[in-house]
Amino acid sequence: MKIHEYQARALLSDAGVPVPPGQMIESADLAGATYKRVVSEAGLGDGGLAVVKAQVHAGGRGKAGFVKLVRSAEEATEAARFMLSNRMVSAQTPPEGLEVNRLLIAAGVDIEKEYYLAITTDRGSRKNVLIASAEGGVDIEEVAAKNPDAILKEPIHPHLGLQPHQAMALAYRLGFQGKQVRQASSIMMALAKLFVEKDCSLAEINPLIVTPASAEHPDGQVLAIDAKFNFDDNAMFRHKELQELFDPSEENENELRAGRFGLSYIQLDGNIGCLVNGAGLAMATMDIVKHCGGTPANFLDVGGGASEEAVTEGFRIILSDNAVQGVLVNIFGGIMRCDVIAQAVVNAAKEVGFKVPLVVRLEGTNVEAGRKILDDAKSEIPTMQSATDLADAAKRVCEAVGA
Amino acid sequence: MAILINKDTKVICQGITGSFGAQHTRGCLHYGTKLVGGVTPGKGGKKDENGLPIFDTVEQAVAATGASATMIFVPPPFAGDAILEAASVGMELIIAVTEGVPVQDMVKVRAELDRINNERRLNGEPVLYLVGPNCPGVITPGPKTGGGTSTSDPYTKAGCKIGIMPGYINRHISEVKSGKAVGIVSRSGTLTYEAVWQTSNLGLAQSTCVGIGGDPVRGMGFIECLELFEQDPETHGVLMIGEIGGSDEEVAARWAKEHMTKPLAGFIAGRTAPPGKRMGHAGAIISGGEGGAEEKIAALRSCGYEIAETPADMGAAMARALGLK
Repeated sequence: MKIHEYQARALLSDAGVPVPPGQMIESADLAGATYKRVVSEAGLGDGGLAVVKAQVHAGGRGKAGFVKLVRSAEEATEAARFMLSNRMVSAQTPPEGLEVNRLLIAAGVDIEKEYYLAITTDRGSRKNVLIASAEGGVDIEEVAAKNPDAILKEPIHPHLGLQPHQAMALAYRLGFQGKQVRQASSIMMALAKLFVEKDCSLAEINPLIVTPASAEHPDGQVLAIDAKFNFDDNAMFRHKELQELFDPSEENENELRAGRFGLSYIQLDGNIGCLVNGAGLAMATMDIVKHCGGTPANFLDVGGGASEEAVTEGFRIILSDNAVQGVLVNIFGGIMRCDVIAQAVVNAAKEVGFKVPLVVRLEGTNVEAGRKILDDAKSEIPTMQSATDLADAAKRVCEAVGA
Repeated sequence: MAILINKDTKVICQGITGSFGAQHTRGCLHYGTKLVGGVTPGKGGKKDENGLPIFDTVEQAVAATGASATMIFVPPPFAGDAILEAASVGMELIIAVTEGVPVQDMVKVRAELDRINNERRLNGEPVLYLVGPNCPGVITPGPKTGGGTSTSDPYTKAGCKIGIMPGYINRHISEVKSGKAVGIVSRSGTLTYEAVWQTSNLGLAQSTCVGIGGDPVRGMGFIECLELFEQDPETHGVLMIGEIGGSDEEVAARWAKEHMTKPLAGFIAGRTAPPGKRMGHAGAIISGGEGGAEEKIAALRSCGYEIAETPADMGAAMARALGLK
């Protein structure tokens, strides 16, 4: 699960990580007053710098014009109006763009230097690892590719957690100086604690910045400017507080619908709907469809324990996609019983109707019972063909859609 | 021989009274597995539908039955604890079928298992293997000797199935003309069944099949399985099935190039998966330029694996690697 930037800032702030003042708004009418409050909280007068940022999960906001620097209530209002009444189109959004419903207005800060800080779980070492770089503010993947030495990694002990000496040493290696060292290392400690407590799969501060020296802060201040958190879906059962941050408007409607039935569905842009049990077999089924010249319309893993009702819902979702010109069912029953799938095919045929070609390949647990159900229903589902194996199934469905 | 389990392996089921636990306890018994009891806290002293004794703790179950392996169906919030409980009383093989265990739980559990194994090695005790979580389990096929539809008429008297896979698709070496048995190791459950089915249809038997599971932090990996298969005289070749996400396949392929003498075949699922989308498995996601299918396939090929170009080619790729047409 992902959350918005303004929510991530609140999590950081609650954990004791300093962030510049900011406020989320949903209406442009509030932009002017919010601007004034935010700059005043930051100790800036009228005319102080603030930033208006669209709150969407997709990246590329800056280039799309959905991050704007403003210096007055009027400019803030104008930027807010623009973002709330236009769809944001970037390399990471669908071509038709995304509707923006929420904005963050945050106080601007002067930046002396930018850093990158993140924690993720490293699969190789099976530990959480703190990743840091003195080259922050830019695309960290680019830094990793061009100059891997600029990325520092510190493993976190699975039981002890990040230790203060590790954070301090890392802060020194990153080049923090004077009072910055303790500020930066406290931020690392807070982030590490947050990562485990909230079951994150990614916790990222980019950029982490140092402000220029001032009378009040002779060594500058270390602040988190932008943050990104992803959470482990498997752990959501123990985080009611995070479930409340979930924004369904960011998700594909069909993917949400599938999720409610315990199905794992991902919308793709092809014309062959796929219904498969098991993630690996579902991916492999997409691969062989492509190999035969077709393009999958979706990834759909019905899992092992899905009920007849859930599988029927899976068919409803696939058939609700107008791009679908053929459907491939590939089931190798283990936990999943072939007779459950077969009955769901019959249900879906009765309820929605398979107007498009349907190719069914069944093998595994209760396969005889499953085949019998389909045989008995043959006359009611004229577009249905049975396949003998995976290759035959892919070939048949691709031929049926003329791929 | 085979690896990890055989007809004499005594097994208990943690979570035996849950619906999946009960269903697959029955399935394993029907296959011929020596399931000797189960654990559900609070139900100790009772018997399950098959007449197996139920215990309150794994410690009691091991003391009473002498089991050395356990099959875990405990719900995700408690699965990590169930694994640690089994490890704490000397289990040698823990197969965690449960899907949806939080990754941070597994980070802690895995570190503790590594510590326990270091201790066992120092004491000269047998090491512990964890398979899973989120895995179909392990099967060492035996020759078909019965109907496989009831506990009194099991499918085989010389095999062992611990997990949820269909047993009947497997072949024992005595049942195939080629006289060859292959080991199969896979991150995906149903794709393993597909591979078993294809190899069986081509006249190949399986020595042991291990579904290591689709989670990012888990127990056994490819390398540990390859190592055991290399040492097993009844395994003539190994089929390794990976998928997008992480770099386990690349690391395993490089290891295999150095250490494996047996023929190898490989398949990677997810060639057509878009980056940044989690494909069902918590581990199956292409991110940060890592974990793409093409890189994995290239790594396998360069390390001497015969590549299955499509999932329908897995069995044939194994046969090619073995020099059978």
